[in-house]
Amino acid sequence: MSKIGVFVCHCGENISATVDCAKVAETAAKYEGVTFSVDYKYMCSDPGQSIIKNAIKEKGLTGVVVGSCSPRMHEPTFRKACAEAGLNPYMCEMANLREHCSWVHEKAESTTEKAIDLVRVLVEKVKYNQSLDAIKVPVTKTALVIGGGIAGIQTSLDIANAGHKVILIEKDPSIGGHMSQLSETFPTLDCSQCILTPRMVEVAQHPNITLYTYAELESLEGFIGNFKVKIRRKSKSIDEKLCTGCGMCTIKCPNKKIPSEFNEGLGKRTAIYVPFPQAVPNKPVIDRINCTYYTKGKCRICEKVCPTQAIRFDQEDQIVEAEIGAIVVATGFAVKQPDFFPEYGYGKYADVITGLQFERLASASGPTLGEIRRPSDGKIPEKIVFLSCAGSRDEAKGIPYCSKICCMYIAKHAMLYQHKVHGGKSYVFYMDIRAGGKMYEEFVRRAIEDDGVNYIRGRVSRIYEKNGKLIVKGADTLLNAMPVEIEADMVVLATAGIANEGAEELAQKLHVSYDSYHFFAEAHPKLKPVETNTAGIFLAGACQAPRDIPESVAMASGAAVKVAGLFSQDELTREPLIAFVNRQAPPVYSSCVGCFLCVSACPYQAIEKEEIKNRNGEVLKTVARVNPGLCQGCGTCVAFCRTKSIDIQGYTHEQVYSEVMALLND
Amino acid sequence: MTLGFYPGCSLKGSSREYAESVLAVAGAFDIFLEEISDWNCCGATAAHNINRELSVALPARILSLAEKQGFEEIVVPCAACFSRLTVTKHELSADPSLRERICEINKMDYKGSVRILNIIQMLDKYVTPSLESRVTKPFDHKVACYYGCYLVRPHEILKFDREEDPQSMDDLMLKIGATPIDWAFKTECCGAGLSVSRTRSVGRLSGKIISDAVDRGAEAMVVVCPMCHSNLDMRRDAINTFLGEKIGIPVLYVTQAIGLAVGIDRKALALQRHFVKVTI
Repeated sequence: MSKIGVFVCHCGENISATVDCAKVAETAAKYEGVTFSVDYKYMCSDPGQSIIKNAIKEKGLTGVVVGSCSPRMHEPTFRKACAEAGLNPYMCEMANLREHCSWVHEKAESTTEKAIDLVRVLVEKVKYNQSLDAIKVPVTKTALVIGGGIAGIQTSLDIANAGHKVILIEKDPSIGGHMSQLSETFPTLDCSQCILTPRMVEVAQHPNITLYTYAELESLEGFIGNFKVKIRRKSKSIDEKLCTGCGMCTIKCPNKKIPSEFNEGLGKRTAIYVPFPQAVPNKPVIDRINCTYYTKGKCRICEKVCPTQAIRFDQEDQIVEAEIGAIVVATGFAVKQPDFFPEYGYGKYADVITGLQFERLASASGPTLGEIRRPSDGKIPEKIVFLSCAGSRDEAKGIPYCSKICCMYIAKHAMLYQHKVHGGKSYVFYMDIRAGGKMYEEFVRRAIEDDGVNYIRGRVSRIYEKNGKLIVKGADTLLNAMPVEIEADMVVLATAGIANEGAEELAQKLHVSYDSYHFFAEAHPKLKPVETNTAGIFLAGACQAPRDIPESVAMASGAAVKVAGLFSQDELTREPLIAFVNRQAPPVYSSCVGCFLCVSACPYQAIEKEEIKNRNGEVLKTVARVNPGLCQGCGTCVAFCRTKSIDIQGYTHEQVYSEVMALLND
Repeated sequence: MTLGFYPGCSLKGSSREYAESVLAVAGAFDIFLEEISDWNCCGATAAHNINRELSVALPARILSLAEKQGFEEIVVPCAACFSRLTVTKHELSADPSLRERICEINKMDYKGSVRILNIIQMLDKYVTPSLESRVTKPFDHKVACYYGCYLVRPHEILKFDREEDPQSMDDLMLKIGATPIDWAFKTECCGAGLSVSRTRSVGRLSGKIISDAVDRGAEAMVVVCPMCHSNLDMRRDAINTFLGEKIGIPVLYVTQAIGLAVGIDRKALALQRHFVKVTI
């Protein structure tokens, strides 16, 4: 026989202004099974909680219904109070008299009646509540970081310095990402490599970090605290243990005409190569698509010249398996490539380049050793034009968003050009100058006022070549849209920052959501910027949206804190409100008939097949089983189950029917 | 094979040579172009500047006539007419209430079943498959393919070729043995209707187009739009004044170039009707 206590809260005047709380309590007291009913001004306050605790102890309550605010607000409070008084916390239910009633209705008889109904259904439900225990799952305290750009590096170091193990995987032969390609960084003009390379080295040397370069995520299974990953280590065609990084192979490789990815095609590399001198690890890989041995079957010069016999032509990809507790995705971004701007002649005219290519020209480690020379003939451009929003903020091009970093790097580019080419003239075509950030606006003003960069507000309609010059046709909208034509020697396009190729595929592997531009989606745009909707998987840097370095680093540290917070616990507790498949005595074992419709219905891959065996190991029946670690309690399987064999704890068929019947029998 | 044919006003007047060459090429490839009976003005620029309903009703009437006369496909060689007809079809399919209103104005049914082909689409579909085998005198010249604005814009509606750097005419020219040049003014404005009111502006705008083509070694310009043609050809004096030199590059319709390559008589292609003498 149930002994239920009903506790009606006034919430100051929030509820009592429109609901007659005393009447609700009085009415509830008359229901069968209710042994105690009371109303009080603030049920969540200390004295309010004491009323509940005392009633549980003195009246020996078996169930509690609190009529107050939303369970999102105070369910933990009241469940804790019950537990402290010795009642299983899942024997406590909350009727939402505030958000669902008093706040949305006028003061009236019917408002009080609705409040009574809300309490009534939960009184009936709680009669069928069962004691439940929170689910505990262990935590593997190793993090997987995907992507070795500045975001991945920062998050790896932060997690590792907090004392946890990290596996960092990077698809390219070296970590460093886009930041390693940059010349100077805004707004301080400090050298990108100078601040980045020490961190790259730190990653490689950190005892808590295992670094796999030239590696990609193969597959992911499991759930928060208990992921199982497979990592594909692509064959580098060298034995890394034997290789000393002497560089003899790269000097002797006869195939020297391959466009260098690191130099954005402005320089060349060999088929066996280290992407750049400061690469980490500083050991080469063989690019099998371009290597003469792999394409034509002979050469093997690198093998002959290698002093440590480290070349391995027959090396195969390796699959590494690891157990992981949390994942940080830091895969970065890409820039929009040729053929996207036929009107700008990108890809047609050698001297129309992207912002990232300009970075390589301006970089001391670049193909021109930091001198601004145009790609076509190596001449120093006397007139240079920068175009912002090449693709960005352009719905017709399919990229309505702002790429965010371009306004700043264009100001930096123009400034670097003015510093390096004295007497040169630089022009910037812009839509708006978006320089929100610490010292950002001041930086742009410096470019305009101190370095004499000509900013023209307007768009460029076409670029074409005439007599060795690039004619840039645009309009100056501050001069009544007056047509402007500039005869430039070089043009730099601030091409849009877009999601990496393969981002969609990776998101699907990780079961995290992504937006229509294929950037990974955060759980909440303001309050959960580094979390994804999948527990245990976090985001850092430009894989989530275009980000500059300070933001990427801040995000990376934020994600690291989330991981460290997760790893501070030995076990995770989860609400036990999950699905379960019923079990019965032999010979039935379970009403489940093994149709496994639930398996296809489950969005979390939480249902598996389980064989029921006898003592001799013979399979008697195959039924569905819910993995309590994966189940999110959505209830989709319940709706699909033809034999009503699956139920949700806390929301069983019995409980829900009793609620409905309570209303119908009224 | 029979296709509907909408000549529009230009092909009956100032660009008769376009119509004659279209019909000559079509005839050579056994395509019968049957003029839509009782056709009217497409509205051109004037109508949509003044009255939206009128600007849709005029092309809609042409399309209704084509439907009634049983045409599944019609060829519209003039780029401006092609644009008006296609935009109208797009607007009527997107807005049922407008469609109802237009049917009421025209007192005609409109189903939207007629496919509208511009000249390049028609050539691609019915001429290109056998074109290379029919070439008897390869058009061995460097040509500047000039598309103008109407043929490719707005891309969202016309969905034809690449709006900033179209290629379809260049591909056709390759097939008749010509060498299309890579140049920058394929879709730049020729001055259009200013031809009548501000010839000096046309001289400047068309002058830049012609001078880029010539600088890059073109021996002929190839066009598909009567307006473009009249500006580049008929306004050559204004162009020469702007450029300060006499430029003799001829301007051919795409059908005239193809006609020459497949051996159609120059007179049948009406090459003698141009202001700038066609010597190639």
